[in-house]
Amino acid sequence: MSEVEPSGAGPSGSTDAAALSVRGLRVAFGGTEVVRGIDLDLAPGRIVAVVGESGSGKSVTARALLGLAGRGALVEAERFELDGEDVSDAGERRWRRLRGAKVGLVLQDALASLDPLRPIGREIGDALRLHLGLRPAAARRRVLELLERLELPHPTLTIDRRSGELSGGMRQRALIAAAVVLDPPVLVADEPTTALDVGVQATVLQLLREAADRGTAVLLISHDLAVVSGIADEVLVLADGAVVERGPTATVLGAPRHPATRALLAAVPTEVPRGAPLLAEARLGDPSAGHAPTTGPRGGATASAVDSAPILEASGLRRVYRSRGAELAAVDDVSLALHPGRTLGLVGESGSGKTTLARLLLALERPDAGVVRLDGGPWSESTEAARRPARRRIGAIWQDPYGSFDPRWGVARLLRDALTVGGQTSDRLAVQKLLELVRLPSAIAASHPLELSGGQRQRVAIARALAARPEILIADEPVSALDVTVQAAILDLLDELQREQGLALLFISHDLGVVRHMSDELAVMRHGRVLEQGPAEQVFASPQHAYTTALIRDSPRLAVGGDARATASTR
Amino acid sequence: MRARRIRAIALRLGGALFVLWAVATLTFFAIHLVPGDPAQAILGGPGSQAPQETLDRVRAEYGLDQPLVVQYAAMLGRLLTGDLGTSYSLKAPVAELIGGQLLGTLSLALAALVLAWVLAIGLALWSSAPGRLARAVAGAVELTAAALPHFWLATVLIAVFATGLGWLPPVANGSPSGLVLPVVTLAVPLAGFLAQLMREHLLDALERPFTVSALARGETATGIRLRHALRHAALPAVQLSGWAIGYLISGAVVVETIFARPGLGRTLLRATELRDVPLVTGVVLVVALVYVLMTVLTDLVSAVADPRVRTAAA
Repeated sequence: MSEVEPSGAGPSGSTDAAALSVRGLRVAFGGTEVVRGIDLDLAPGRIVAVVGESGSGKSVTARALLGLAGRGALVEAERFELDGEDVSDAGERRWRRLRGAKVGLVLQDALASLDPLRPIGREIGDALRLHLGLRPAAARRRVLELLERLELPHPTLTIDRRSGELSGGMRQRALIAAAVVLDPPVLVADEPTTALDVGVQATVLQLLREAADRGTAVLLISHDLAVVSGIADEVLVLADGAVVERGPTATVLGAPRHPATRALLAAVPTEVPRGAPLLAEARLGDPSAGHAPTTGPRGGATASAVDSAPILEASGLRRVYRSRGAELAAVDDVSLALHPGRTLGLVGESGSGKTTLARLLLALERPDAGVVRLDGGPWSESTEAARRPARRRIGAIWQDPYGSFDPRWGVARLLRDALTVGGQTSDRLAVQKLLELVRLPSAIAASHPLELSGGQRQRVAIARALAARPEILIADEPVSALDVTVQAAILDLLDELQREQGLALLFISHDLGVVRHMSDELAVMRHGRVLEQGPAEQVFASPQHAYTTALIRDSPRLAVGGDARATASTR
Repeated sequence: MRARRIRAIALRLGGALFVLWAVATLTFFAIHLVPGDPAQAILGGPGSQAPQETLDRVRAEYGLDQPLVVQYAAMLGRLLTGDLGTSYSLKAPVAELIGGQLLGTLSLALAALVLAWVLAIGLALWSSAPGRLARAVAGAVELTAAALPHFWLATVLIAVFATGLGWLPPVANGSPSGLVLPVVTLAVPLAGFLAQLMREHLLDALERPFTVSALARGETATGIRLRHALRHAALPAVQLSGWAIGYLISGAVVVETIFARPGLGRTLLRATELRDVPLVTGVVLVVALVYVLMTVLTDLVSAVADPRVRTAAA
């Protein structure tokens, strides 16, 4: 329970010491207002988080603070002071002088946010060149100092590498370094941890904390409340371009008053037990709809599943890639089994071999050793001609559905094709039924995947995977690219579909919270090997491997009711 | 690691040799499909009234009375020893003939390539600036330029700048000013192609998150284009430059003929008309060699510029 007194809805504290002070910030695109009068104060040494669903205006707000709201954006503010300077009517030339010097920006995923063709030293040194006019040699010395301070290994080598040549953690450090090289009083971080491995996430959060401890005012934009709860001093909840709730982190997250806040909190999968729906309306819905109680076994299939024969079984799988003379075992001696109606969660960092394993199970790749058996019969050792009739029994969903859609096809055509391939009737009615299955309106059939939102697109991908009435579904990072509430809806959908159709589900993710919520069994993978495998709750309660322990420790948890700062400092 | 590199180089060399062999073979058989008698060609072309015994003597001397397969094998044997043979029509070693013409054509092609790049970069940078009009105009200009046939462009340029305005000579007279019109003729359509490709990638790069990151560091719009986007746009164009050299040399056939400029292109055209098998084969082989070398070069440049290419190739 929170002991902090709920504060008023207005911004608190004096604005004298503010590094950034904004009143009545409005951003409009072509007459449509997307940010509608936001007040914001950032004080040195403090981290303020702005949370909200996608489309709530949080990203636009972040960009507007750097004068980067975009072409055609109309930005207005009653007051807009940056480091004591009035910037409410700053033009592009003046903003250019401020960006990087007075306010820095950290975007998500350094792989995309650093120029892949330039060495990181040049990217980091840009601000020195632009604002201080430093010559390359002098800039290089400053960058080296900074890299040492940020504890990048081998700075003299790293400085000449490009982001793609660095490990995830290192390139993320470089991205932050590029934003803080001039120690700007304000640092804006826009979804800096989204889609990153938990270990890297922890690094990023630690660096933000350190920046704040050195006196930087940090604004953290995130949809992940677990991340926010661990690091932010104050939270602003945005909905529809306006602040609907604000206050100390513990208060807002511990005793949410606005429905938008409650919806965001409910969507965090970590805290919701297996089998319980994430979304509030579903949880309050008709109990006869088939939702099992949150404790005890879920449905009849589950109870008998442990004893039932596995439908897909892999033993001793090994797949080796050869690169530059070195051999890399992407999958090494992996054995696992999928049972009807049950979910096996597979968790691991990127590069741990999860996707290769999925491809082996789908018999898209041939293992170098070991076998996959489908329903007791041969699968990996069979010929493709013999496998083809059985292919419809296994469906797959991938992280980026758009990339797996034929870009020339509309939704109806995509689904009809999947139905035909799966040996089903592929008339309009069948397409309608599929869309119904994934809770999409039938009008979607006429649209193109490009016009759909991320969540709708993933629903279409699921519909396509289910078109052939598979018994097994392999889902590789199916929600990693999605917003937290959309993610919750997709997870609920997968859960319901599994129950309705008795699917055997392999759920692959780097996000421990998601996997925990989804899985009956859990396998932890690293460097191609399964380190640990067992009933999900048992693995969480008493991890046997040090790596699992580290994963659990690094993975952000909602820390409500306690002191957020205290949680952050235990890292 | 070392062994792998050697293997990669060996593969590359083998591929290049295969291309050269395939080109020689295709050329050999293709030219034998053209109606006419090579013996006639040797004796001065179709117009000559050579007596039958002379023709027979020439056939025996050049091995033209042998079956085609034997002739083919003989040609491959000669090529393997590095001997390109003797021209039927000019009665001189093919290697010497080509050596005399190669520089002219290469300088023409390279000058056109450089000009095309300059035009394309300029056009792409200008049209990537905000504003729909610039983009629409550039798109139309590029499409038109890319579609222009060389012979038409050459004729128009001569009519305007040589005959009309009298600024430049209508034929290549060896002076630098004589090079201008042929180079422009070759460069403009290629610039259209390159600019289209570069603009597409330039605009794509400007949409990427790293552009926002750079802006957030205080980078200028020009800096973004020159330091970031242009590099991303240039890579695919560099990779296309191997093909571009082939395109330019085939264009040189037309341009050299129209501007009466000595070079490989004109030599090739004449040799084909005269059924001069050794000369045609020699020219085509040299062009193919230049093409292969250029492709290797562009691959190397891409690998240096983009580490991702290196990893993908390994």
